[in-house]
Amino acid sequence: MTPVLETRALVKRFGALAATDDVSLAIERGARHALIGPNGAGKTTLINLLTGVLEPTSGTIRLDGRDITTLAPHLRVRRGVVRTFQITQLFRTMTPLSSLALAVSVRRGTSARWWQPLGADRELAPRCETLLERFRLAEVMDQPVHSLAYGKRRLLEIAMALACAPRVLLLDEPVAGVPEGERQEIFETISALPADVSIVLIEHDMDLVFNFARTVTVLVNGAVFAEGDVETIAHDPRVKAVYLGEQAHG
Amino acid sequence: MLTLLFDGIAYGMLLFILAVGLAVTLGLMNFINLAHGAFAMAGGYVTVLLMNRADVPFVACLVIAFFVTALVGAVLERTLYRPMYARPHLDQVLFSIGLVFIAVTAVDYFVGSMQQNIRLPEWLQGRLPIEAVGIGKYRLFIVVVCALLTVLLQWVLSRTRFGSRLRAAVDDPRTAAGLGLDVDRIFLATFAVGSGLAGLGGALGAEVLGLDPTFPLKFMIYFLIVVSVGGTTTITGPLLAALLLGIADVAGKYYIPKLGAFIVYTLMIAILLWRPQGLFARTATR
Amino acid sequence: MTATTAAASAVPPAGPSPAAESLARRARWRWWELALFAALPLVWLLVPGQSLLVNEIAIVALFAVSLDLILGYAGIVSLGHAAFFGFGAYAAALFAKDVLPDPLIGLAVAIAASAALGLATSVLILRGTDLTRLMVTLGVASILYELANKLDWLTGGADGLQGVVMGPLTIPFTSLPGFAFDLAGRTACAYSLVVLALALLACRRIVRSPFGASLEALRDNRLRASSIGVAVSLRLVAVYTLSAAIAGAAGGLLAQTTGFASLDVFDFHRSAEVLLVLVVGGTGYLYGGIFGAIVFKLLHDLVSAWTPQYWNFWLGLFLVVLVMVGRDRFVRPWTWARRRRAA
Repeated sequence: MTPVLETRALVKRFGALAATDDVSLAIERGARHALIGPNGAGKTTLINLLTGVLEPTSGTIRLDGRDITTLAPHLRVRRGVVRTFQITQLFRTMTPLSSLALAVSVRRGTSARWWQPLGADRELAPRCETLLERFRLAEVMDQPVHSLAYGKRRLLEIAMALACAPRVLLLDEPVAGVPEGERQEIFETISALPADVSIVLIEHDMDLVFNFARTVTVLVNGAVFAEGDVETIAHDPRVKAVYLGEQAHG
Repeated sequence: MLTLLFDGIAYGMLLFILAVGLAVTLGLMNFINLAHGAFAMAGGYVTVLLMNRADVPFVACLVIAFFVTALVGAVLERTLYRPMYARPHLDQVLFSIGLVFIAVTAVDYFVGSMQQNIRLPEWLQGRLPIEAVGIGKYRLFIVVVCALLTVLLQWVLSRTRFGSRLRAAVDDPRTAAGLGLDVDRIFLATFAVGSGLAGLGGALGAEVLGLDPTFPLKFMIYFLIVVSVGGTTTITGPLLAALLLGIADVAGKYYIPKLGAFIVYTLMIAILLWRPQGLFARTATR
Repeated sequence: MTATTAAASAVPPAGPSPAAESLARRARWRWWELALFAALPLVWLLVPGQSLLVNEIAIVALFAVSLDLILGYAGIVSLGHAAFFGFGAYAAALFAKDVLPDPLIGLAVAIAASAALGLATSVLILRGTDLTRLMVTLGVASILYELANKLDWLTGGADGLQGVVMGPLTIPFTSLPGFAFDLAGRTACAYSLVVLALALLACRRIVRSPFGASLEALRDNRLRASSIGVAVSLRLVAVYTLSAAIAGAAGGLLAQTTGFASLDVFDFHRSAEVLLVLVVGGTGYLYGGIFGAIVFKLLHDLVSAWTPQYWNFWLGLFLVVLVMVGRDRFVRPWTWARRRRAA
């Protein structure tokens, strides 16, 4: 079966530094795939390449078998490749409701309409409400984003990605900085996503990784260090050494 | 032709000394200071007043202009500019425009709006016959002084402790502060020196560029061109940009006087279109 | 699409949902908006002696509203917006002088010309930093200034284009009677106010629309906007062109109602002043241009009567104080003594 998202020999150089070094990755449809590795391994760079924020030095990226290597970032989103950011990237003067309404409206192709108010599309409100409720943002839906608590912001970060109706969801450390008690909540929401959405997760919390993921790629220094199903990786001594070795120095 | 080239180089070097303070301020404090030209004007007027009213010798005036403007810069940095660093660029733009207006009208009020003339000392007047190409002595003087200053700046940046602290603070102010560098003092010193250099440039340039209260507004765009085309991460970037600008302007005004400054503006837009981070900037992190 | 588990609530609430309510509220007319629009014709009716002043204010307000579209809504800092204002002014003046002195057609020409210029230069503001954008906008305005200066056979050079006599204000291609432009400026004033009102109505629709929401997203976080699928460059081009068109309308009105166009329509001062007007009135809510224009014009006339030569000094001082104190605190003088709250 064609993988829904794949890269072939993807390379990204910054001067002499290869931030992404010959990465060939295949994400199957419905995957629950974790991307792990020590700091500086190039995980976020890889996400930036997949979403088009960065241009690769060489190599290709394919979505459903079609080449998207040179496709503009916003067009990749419209084809279903959606990401969240490690440091929340939100619209600080807008409200959760208007942010989600915009994302949904882009998805529905009505975001370029300039002659009708934002609420004119009848489908917008119910869709937003579903998201607001699922992410427990309903009470704060009219508050400006800059006044939201951190936990709510991270929830909104993910809610916005879901508003785009992704086929491939790239989550960059979705629970970074979120207190222990709330992490489970967020992860339950992610786990409840439909089975046909393919999810790639960058995460450092190993418990969450091993609970959530079915397959894992380990990146070290920009290159694929190990790959396989979660059981194998969990017991791979080399992977442990890479992490433990890092901790011994760090 | 060679005279033109030489004049262009002189003009360019002058622009560089005038604008280098702005480049460093922008790179260091991320502050768009449109009032930079006012410091240059101050240096020019200090020189003119001292020479015409107090008969102070020209070279002494240059030195005094540098220190007076540096002092003014230091005072303003500490009082007015410092609270502005964290503000959005729009605020900084409005703020510095306000300062320019104040400076321009204040000078107009106290000294009058006529263009000021400097009587150059004997030994700087006239031309040197070199290779049958007349090279103006004064322009040669400008080139020599500016070249020396450039070398000095480069030396300070790369060989002294202050220089490496400055470079660290430009690269990453928070980390620099975290390492114990007194970022405030670095800002103050840099701003003062940058303003001083602008003052010196204004004094040097009064004869060549013309000095009247509208000087900051007339030349603001030139300084900004040097900085935006040359980038703010190196000294050589603005230097090359200033030389390019100087030669283009002099050549343009000579060959196609009808278009005047048009050439320079178009060139700038073309360059910024091609390389929005400036011609010589490393990949910007801002 | 979403295979959610069964709906959380067993019984759907009657009436519009909170989200739908909130979205509807966003587009609703506030009372003070209605009051403002009602005030426009009232001013014309009640203060006929000040028609010239009101006309000036309306033109500055229109210019400032056009800047709000790109500054307040899309986050583009421009130091050269006078480029479009001036282009519209000269286009309208030249059209009236050399082709047809019909005001409405001339205005349409000014708008079209400025929109074309805006479209052409929009590519310049797409990439780069704030400084780059400042430079290119300043550069374009400076180029136009130089061109207007040097092409004096067309533009009158430093003397400007004088003797622009407008025909009566009629609806073209009809035989309805028209209104001649009188010396007291009543027709001109009404003309400008109507154009201002129409432009405001159009802009209001736009900013309340999904397109308007995408502009706010662009302003707040361009990266995230493109990450939810917004075609950033296209939107910027669209809003920049629209803004240029409206600025051109303001310039056209100036040329038509004052009867001449001179180099200072391109001057840096004009770009700086409109920026100040907008900041004083407030960015991002569309009506800041009007309030700022009123305050600015009144202050200008007051101060100029007192010290005509040094208006710029007080302007500069005002700018410095305004920025240092911060606009929000500035309009509340009782907060000046308090320390700034950490942002």
